[in-house]
Amino acid sequence: MSKVGVFVCHCGTNIAAAVDVVRACEAAKSMPGVVHAAEYKYMCSEPGQQMILDAIKEYGLKRIVIASCSPRMHETTFRKMLKKSGVNEYLIEIANIREQVAWVHDDKEKATEKAIDLIRMAVAKVCRDEPLKSQMIPITKRALVIGGGIAGIQAALDIADAGHEVTLVEREPSIGGRMVMLDKTFPTLDCSACISTPKMVDVSAHPNIRLLAYSEVAKVEGYIGNFTVTIRQKARYVNHDICTGCGACSEKCPAKVPSAFNKGLSKRPAIYTLFPQAVPAKPVIDKDSCIKLKSGKCGVCEKICPLGCINYEDEDMEFTEDFGAIVTATGYQTADWAQMYDEYGAGRFPDVIDGLTFERLVNASGPTEGHIVRPSDGTEPKTISIIKCVGSRDPKKGRAYCSRACCMYAAKHARQIFGKIEGVRVFIFYIDVRTPGKGYEEFYDKTREDGAIYVRGRVSRIYKEGDTLICQAEDSLLGKQVRVKSDLVILETAMEPAEGSASVAGMLGAAVDGDGWLTEAHPKLRPVETQVGGVFLAGVCQGPKDIPDTVSQASAAAAKVIGLLNKNEMESSPMIASVEADKCSGCSACEAICPYKAITMGEQPGREAGGNSKKVMRPIAVVNAGLCQGCGACTVACRTGAIDLLGYRNRQILEEVDALWV
Amino acid sequence: MGINEATTYEPKILAFCCNWCTYTGADLAGLNRMKYPANVRVVRVPCSGRVNPQFILRAFARGADGVMVCGCHPGDCHYTTGNYFTRRRFMLMKKVLEFNGIEPQRFHARWISGSEAAKFRDAVTEVAQVVKALGPAATKVTTQASSKAPASADIESSVQKEGAL
Repeated sequence: MSKVGVFVCHCGTNIAAAVDVVRACEAAKSMPGVVHAAEYKYMCSEPGQQMILDAIKEYGLKRIVIASCSPRMHETTFRKMLKKSGVNEYLIEIANIREQVAWVHDDKEKATEKAIDLIRMAVAKVCRDEPLKSQMIPITKRALVIGGGIAGIQAALDIADAGHEVTLVEREPSIGGRMVMLDKTFPTLDCSACISTPKMVDVSAHPNIRLLAYSEVAKVEGYIGNFTVTIRQKARYVNHDICTGCGACSEKCPAKVPSAFNKGLSKRPAIYTLFPQAVPAKPVIDKDSCIKLKSGKCGVCEKICPLGCINYEDEDMEFTEDFGAIVTATGYQTADWAQMYDEYGAGRFPDVIDGLTFERLVNASGPTEGHIVRPSDGTEPKTISIIKCVGSRDPKKGRAYCSRACCMYAAKHARQIFGKIEGVRVFIFYIDVRTPGKGYEEFYDKTREDGAIYVRGRVSRIYKEGDTLICQAEDSLLGKQVRVKSDLVILETAMEPAEGSASVAGMLGAAVDGDGWLTEAHPKLRPVETQVGGVFLAGVCQGPKDIPDTVSQASAAAAKVIGLLNKNEMESSPMIASVEADKCSGCSACEAICPYKAITMGEQPGREAGGNSKKVMRPIAVVNAGLCQGCGACTVACRTGAIDLLGYRNRQILEEVDALWV
Repeated sequence: MGINEATTYEPKILAFCCNWCTYTGADLAGLNRMKYPANVRVVRVPCSGRVNPQFILRAFARGADGVMVCGCHPGDCHYTTGNYFTRRRFMLMKKVLEFNGIEPQRFHARWISGSEAAKFRDAVTEVAQVVKALGPAATKVTTQASSKAPASADIESSVQKEGAL
């Protein structure tokens, strides 16, 4: 009734030398359901496949077992072959008698017995195979990029250049991210703004890119090829359609608050652009510091604006867009060291600053126009200490990982200091110096040649002595306590996932690791994909990295997106979970265990519990074919056995088990 | 079991291997021509988290001398979290087996990645030795009784309902 055909492959002598293939073939003939069995030298070859196709016709075979190499090798080959014959390509099982029998057992008798067992198991399973049909999922040919730092910019540009529409969402009023805050970049010491701002302009000018600054992703629904994303445009209080970005409003605004972009080294007005080269170069009103919005008095910007762009009634606006793929490029923030390091003054000493603050201090477009001065008194420091691994590589402070870029930017800071202050002394406290990268070790060597003094040891305490700060540490190479009088201390703080990245990950269904970094699908072989189909990773959101690595990863993610969007539709695997409605009690255990959020609770008509016949709607598990990856976790969680995995049904596996003991 | 039987006794061990790690590792062992005892029969599953405890009870009921469940290392699951469930589930499984009169040493859960061919070889070799030393399992249920095996009642009923294709 099942009409199974068994085909035993010799694989030249690979199998035939260790397994009695003729005996295995004969044994197969008497297995239940088998109507035909044959052996041949190379089943995967053209004549081998033809032999199977002929046998299908001659014996009316409905199901096929091939005893050969691993299914990982030729399962697809034989499926394609079956498709040609008109038999459903999922009515096939492969008994792995090469990798798992012939190649690993010397005793021909035992190997043959095992091969026969495996064939019997495959026959038992194939009798329970069902014809499956993969669905074609249409693909929306648009991409969403979340985060407008250098990773998001690069990914958006690459995808847009390939001819696909891209929406770039950035929560700050301007794109640019962390990179535009930097003064120079290692190892070339070229100006960060000079290489990043042209890319920002490219984004705003690209016909395929829709830039949504001052916006956030509020909700993500759907699956690969078919995401529906709700985006929240935060109230800007300025009509960007008519604003020319003349800047008159910002000049006259009486409210002044510390500029986060300048790390509090300067103040900015309530109506502001993030920095002079901002893209879009149009201001927004920060509602928390605007006098008019807080107290109703003021309105200076409205009076001064020549075009009437100001609208104090503006509100957050939500809208939805459809996408086929999503790139996450949410980046990082530097750890709040003041919260963790009481021994470094916990922020009490103004001359203890973090690396990003130093970037603003040394930046030609920063608040001091690039003059390195002490924030406390504005004098030029003569001795500067740089402390690495502040927050990184320190499980006691909660982060065991290395932030990867700090060794290089500490060296870069030293080089920048040498370039700006004559006769300055720079001490760099380190645990290890890690400089893997093209031209990095040379850069580090040059830093030492320039005179940076590397001290191996973690600074245990910073305290004040008069006007200067004392960095106390154990120099672990000298085995002695050292105290370094410093006018300025720079802390190279740890990178940590940007605030809100966990909620973005949650919306996407993507996993985060213990430190909060988004997890790639495979650390080596799928480094830019998440385990959620159609969601890709770019930049530091996946783990600390420097600019070259970030840009590489962004382009890699873009390549994956382009590959996906170039298709009109994609085939989904039919080996997914399937719910038997009558049995489902709606307990939602499957929903909880599913790592892909592929199961949701729907409704079906039923009768009320308790024996009365009252009709009610009751919950039932519904599997989304686009999201389900076919892991089968739900099948084990299901208490009633209502949910099963197509291709690996409970009864198929049980038949395999049973077949071993006949 | 007679003395002669004991000397020729070869246990049959069933190993559920996840497609992405251990099955690949087993293939690699073959590719490297590593040798191990021919006692193990592998059932390929998408994920170790797919292995229903009832499959294991069924194997013992049918006469398995040993059962293995093998998957990716915790943290490396192809499906992110599958093997965490496997781990928790089969910590309990040992106790369930013991309660049912099956020596817990007959059941092994192992994490073997796709590159750990030698680990696969060593694992099956070790389990084969351990199980061989224990002798045949005393849990085999006769065919008549096993068709009503309580251990896999609901799955069993579904099989019966569907009937043979």
